[in-house]
Amino acid sequence: MTALLEVKNLTRAFVGLVAVNDVSFSLQAGRITALIGPNGAGKTTCFNLVAGALRPTAGQVLFEGRSLEREPPEAVCRMGIARTFQIVRPMKDMSVLENAMVGAFSWTTNVKEARDKAYESLDNVGLAGKANARTDQLTLPDRKMLEMAKALSTRPKLLLLDEVMAGLRPTEAAGVVGVLHRLAEGGLTILLVEHVMRIVMEVASTVVVLHHGAKIAEGKPSEVVADPAVLESYLGAGFHA
Amino acid sequence: MQRTSDQASDIKRWGAGALVFAALAVVGGMSNAYVISLLTIVLLFTFMGQSWNLMLGIGGQLSIGHALFVGIGAYAVAILNIKYGVTPWIGLLLGAVIAGFVGAVLAWLSFRFEVRGIYFALLTIAAAEFARIMFGGWDYVGGMQGLFYQAPSSAIDLGMLRGDARFYYFVALALAAIGVAGTELISRSYWGYVWRAMRDDDEAARALGVRTFRHKVLVVSISAATAAIGGGVLGLVQGAIFPDSIMGMAISVDVLIGPVVGGLGTAFGPLVGSMAAIPLHHAMGALGDALGLPGLNSVAYGAVLILVVWFLPDGIWPSIVRLYGAIQLPARGPIPQLRKVEE
Ligand SMILES: Nc1ncnc2c1ncn2[C@@H]1O[C@H](COP(=O)(O)OP(=O)(O)O)[C@@H](O)[C@H]1O
Ligand SMILES: [Mg+2]
Repeated sequence: MTALLEVKNLTRAFVGLVAVNDVSFSLQAGRITALIGPNGAGKTTCFNLVAGALRPTAGQVLFEGRSLEREPPEAVCRMGIARTFQIVRPMKDMSVLENAMVGAFSWTTNVKEARDKAYESLDNVGLAGKANARTDQLTLPDRKMLEMAKALSTRPKLLLLDEVMAGLRPTEAAGVVGVLHRLAEGGLTILLVEHVMRIVMEVASTVVVLHHGAKIAEGKPSEVVADPAVLESYLGAGFHA
Repeated sequence: MQRTSDQASDIKRWGAGALVFAALAVVGGMSNAYVISLLTIVLLFTFMGQSWNLMLGIGGQLSIGHALFVGIGAYAVAILNIKYGVTPWIGLLLGAVIAGFVGAVLAWLSFRFEVRGIYFALLTIAAAEFARIMFGGWDYVGGMQGLFYQAPSSAIDLGMLRGDARFYYFVALALAAIGVAGTELISRSYWGYVWRAMRDDDEAARALGVRTFRHKVLVVSISAATAAIGGGVLGLVQGAIFPDSIMGMAISVDVLIGPVVGGLGTAFGPLVGSMAAIPLHHAMGALGDALGLPGLNSVAYGAVLILVVWFLPDGIWPSIVRLYGAIQLPARGPIPQLRKVEE
């Protein structure tokens, strides 16, 4: 099995703290991997490093064997990596449909093609009925889904999802889990940051756990939740299963 | 379903536009010389306002030195025509190319070195002022004394783009129509989508693959080139150009007042805004002269700006659209509260 993405000894220091510290992992094509860890663990920073929004202090990111650390975000996207933002960022003066069209212009200049792709992406996340709405008329869960539709329009090989299910009701989250499974069956590789362990258990085939910027565990979901180091990081020192 | 409703509203929008311009053509056939010459200026600034609007309203890049590009266009036409007898058509083309190049270099340098937003805007003023002073000291182009066109020999000479006031009215009307239609078309083209995306959120646009650097350079360049065409015609209409007037700060303000007052990023806004603001500017100027109060026109401009920003922050045109609901806000996409979501 070949790795689509390889992260090697990735490190990013900010003034006063190392947000990502010597982290290595790899993603298998067509699989869903979850990146978990307490708040401030460095998950979003990790996404930013892979997506080209931040430069690593040290380490490497290889996508299909090509080195990414020096590439700007637009180039990373054009190579096939799309990301959502944890804090949603809709283009506020564009309609939902127009938002979903933008990503398609990374591979076509044809407006009709972009519109067809946008409808398809919106349909994928259950937003097709709100295509003509303004983004400020959407509920938070819908805005999260719009982030996903925008990313899907770029036709990614790898999708980075930063807490897309946060704030969703269980039934809504179940719907998204279904969407993720369908996308993965279609060959898409997904790396997602998610807090609800039940959802992680349900979608991910592999889990990577970060704590204070360092990787403390990696493995199948069932293994990871039984790992004392993981329990300790989530529940505090002194806890033993 | 959605697409048929899009088509229906497209037809409505273009039909409304055609009607407005047909009405303006009738006005041009009937009005007296004063109204015609005033409206010619309004229409020219509508066109130049569109060029500015393209850059800020759609591309998200602020210029307060558009006089630079207006002046380049005016000088290109005047130098070629007055000194060498070359038709203004060539001058317009050359002026657009030079201004487009200057705009691209300015944008490239600024954005390369992370000079953005208000700092880029300040740079555009600096560049315009630099050009004004340079042209003022340049004897070959007449220095501060400027350049004068010969009086046109016939009422209409399309080949030399010379004619009487009515002729220029229709030239300006054609330009304004091209500006409105062009804004509408560009806004719904590939460029329009990626420009609006980078206007709304640069970082999010880049994450979606938009190469914002080159698109910013492109939008500034196109805006500069079209402003130069407006400037070339403005010089012909005025019959003379002087660095202080054609490249002065006042031109930069006249260019942006239409879209700001009328509605940023919309196809019709600059027309509505110029119609409202420029005649007021002239009327207040005349009143100020009569009352011995110079600067009354500037006060009026300021007052209009403050009132609009206060009461109609999106500009006049979007407010009208919202009121009547029949026509959509063109360049900013659908206004969904006025429109049923159909499935
Ligand atoms: N741009 C930044 N400058 C300084 N510190 C940052 C910056 N971005 C994140 N951090 C810090 O890095 C740590 C990891 O943050 P983040 O990656 O957002 O964590 P997570 O997504 O796992 O909650 C936090 O302590 C955060 O305050
Ligand atoms: Mg985070």
